[in-house]
Amino acid sequence: MQERLLEVRNLKKHFNTKKGLLHAVDGVNFFINKGETLGLVGESGCGKSTTGRVVLRLLEATDGEIIFEGKDILQFNKQQLREMRKEMQIVFQDPFASLNPRMSLSEIIAEPLVVNKVFSDKLEMQKRVKELMDTVGIAERLTNAYPHELDGGRRQRIGIARALALNPKFIVQDEPVSALDVSIQAQILNLMDDLQDEFGLTYLFISHDLSVVKHVSDRIAVMYLGKIVELSDYNSMFKNPLHPYTQALLSAIPVPRIDIKRERILLEGDVPSPINPPEGCRFYGRCQYRQEICRQKTPELRDMGNEKYVACHFTGDLRPASE
Amino acid sequence: MKDNKNLLEIKDLSIHYITDDGTVRAVEEMNLEIGVGETLGLVGETGAGKTTTALGIMNLVPNPPGKIIGGEIVFEGEDLVKKSQSELRKIRGNKISMIFQDPMTSLNPVMTVGDQIAEVVKLHQNVNAAEATERAMEMLEKVGIPGTRHKDFPHQFSGGMRQRVVIAIALACNPTLLIADEPTTALDVTIQAQVLDLMRNLKHEFNTSMIMITHDLGVVAEVCDKVAIMYAGNVIEYTDVKRLYTSPKHPYTIGLFGSIPDIESDESRLKPIKGLMPDPTNIPSGCPFHPRCPKAMDICSQRKPKNTEVEPGHFVKCLLFENTEK
Repeated sequence: MQERLLEVRNLKKHFNTKKGLLHAVDGVNFFINKGETLGLVGESGCGKSTTGRVVLRLLEATDGEIIFEGKDILQFNKQQLREMRKEMQIVFQDPFASLNPRMSLSEIIAEPLVVNKVFSDKLEMQKRVKELMDTVGIAERLTNAYPHELDGGRRQRIGIARALALNPKFIVQDEPVSALDVSIQAQILNLMDDLQDEFGLTYLFISHDLSVVKHVSDRIAVMYLGKIVELSDYNSMFKNPLHPYTQALLSAIPVPRIDIKRERILLEGDVPSPINPPEGCRFYGRCQYRQEICRQKTPELRDMGNEKYVACHFTGDLRPASE
Repeated sequence: MKDNKNLLEIKDLSIHYITDDGTVRAVEEMNLEIGVGETLGLVGETGAGKTTTALGIMNLVPNPPGKIIGGEIVFEGEDLVKKSQSELRKIRGNKISMIFQDPMTSLNPVMTVGDQIAEVVKLHQNVNAAEATERAMEMLEKVGIPGTRHKDFPHQFSGGMRQRVVIAIALACNPTLLIADEPTTALDVTIQAQVLDLMRNLKHEFNTSMIMITHDLGVVAEVCDKVAIMYAGNVIEYTDVKRLYTSPKHPYTIGLFGSIPDIESDESRLKPIKGLMPDPTNIPSGCPFHPRCPKAMDICSQRKPKNTEVEPGHFVKCLLFENTEK
């Protein structure tokens, strides 16, 4: 069996809002093996970014356990947390907002090294920064450039270099290519792939773009309204989706081909509000297979064998609603 | 459904932005045709000139710094470039209307959605307030929103619903040409599917021609009849959807296809285009794509490629396909 780097158990994150309790993440379970990429997909507001942040303790969890290398990091004190942060890093979505406009590129990349007092020798640190710039493919002449002088693709490379500075084991990629044009997006995806091989990195890859997620992930978790509805390896996810939401989501992707015509499942309505969600299956209102039990009982994420997990009462036995 | 007559013909259109940092050739010698009931996809990356083209057709390019340098935009037999502002005002929102990318910023937040639809109707048709409101409710129903919600404000709707309202406004006067600028980019995939489905149905119902501006080749495959691929202000490939997807010719088009992860196949590595989009004020000499082109020849940096018809109805701007004799 492969070694588990990270395991998340019954993770919850609720926010108090004026209108009530917002269940952003509501009992999420998953694990990530060493060296693998877990894709986390879902539509706006499903809680995927919140999950990524809670896993790093950038947001404090309401409940649950986050086991990283065998230890529950939610029990860590400040000192331990600081040590742990060297191992876990994040690359943000917007390369325009996530870099300090008043710092030069070398300062941005060096910051994690400075904060953690990695080098006592300045020259050594500069050497490391140079090495990192080289790793992500940024020309040395840009050492003293500022973020505004760069295009989106190069900025995202800087964000990646910064995340790599402390030799982490685990990186949360929060929509890292969503703001980029396709030709640049492909360059960054290939770069992240190379880095993963070179440094044995483990990724939690968060995205709303299913084609991208399929391309990068070993396994994929689909989220809907704060819960994981289906989790399996990428192949069986795309070939044989079992949850009605996954089926609809996959059928909705526009495919850049004209030789393949696919059956489309159009969902009615919008994602309901995550504030004070009702009992029962979160997908109830939009599901074409709903039955009475779906409204009363929340389906658990069940093991269907072959590391496939589905949260639906009628997995493998879907019949159109009889109303 | 298709008519031989062209609704819109763009001939040698050039639009430049004259700025302190130099001239940006946003659109260069563009030639496109759209027949009645046809949908043309306009594809390209950031800064390719897609939106400028759309604004050019509506004669809405901000001036200064933008200017239509030359060319004709023949719509229903008349050149829009030569029309006065007051004549254009009668066309915009009436015969040609536009859907913008972000439904949040294209709706007025302090006006009910019903009033926003009725506004266009009152402006272009000889109706009284009650009739306009009735028409607004009718349009809301058409786009799948209960007509009784016409007194609601934009913030009371979700993103997908707002985009439906925008579509209702655009279609309220039965336009013959609809320009949709990234209409589904801001939406989630399941909502995108709903909106695309709606647009397709309404297009059939009204036999509207459409220009669909997008960067998503998946969306193009789904809704368009013809496609024009733009790079740095130039339409570098222009043909029908079938030919573009089965035998793309221009190296940039091939590069675009290599850059998108395909969910139907299992490639382990993408084949991106090397390099970056050129600086718009400093477009490379000759073919603007030559520094990034895997098939670049010596001549590519010296001569601008001409629009070449490689087979009937398939145009490519690339020196690889030009007859170099003469």
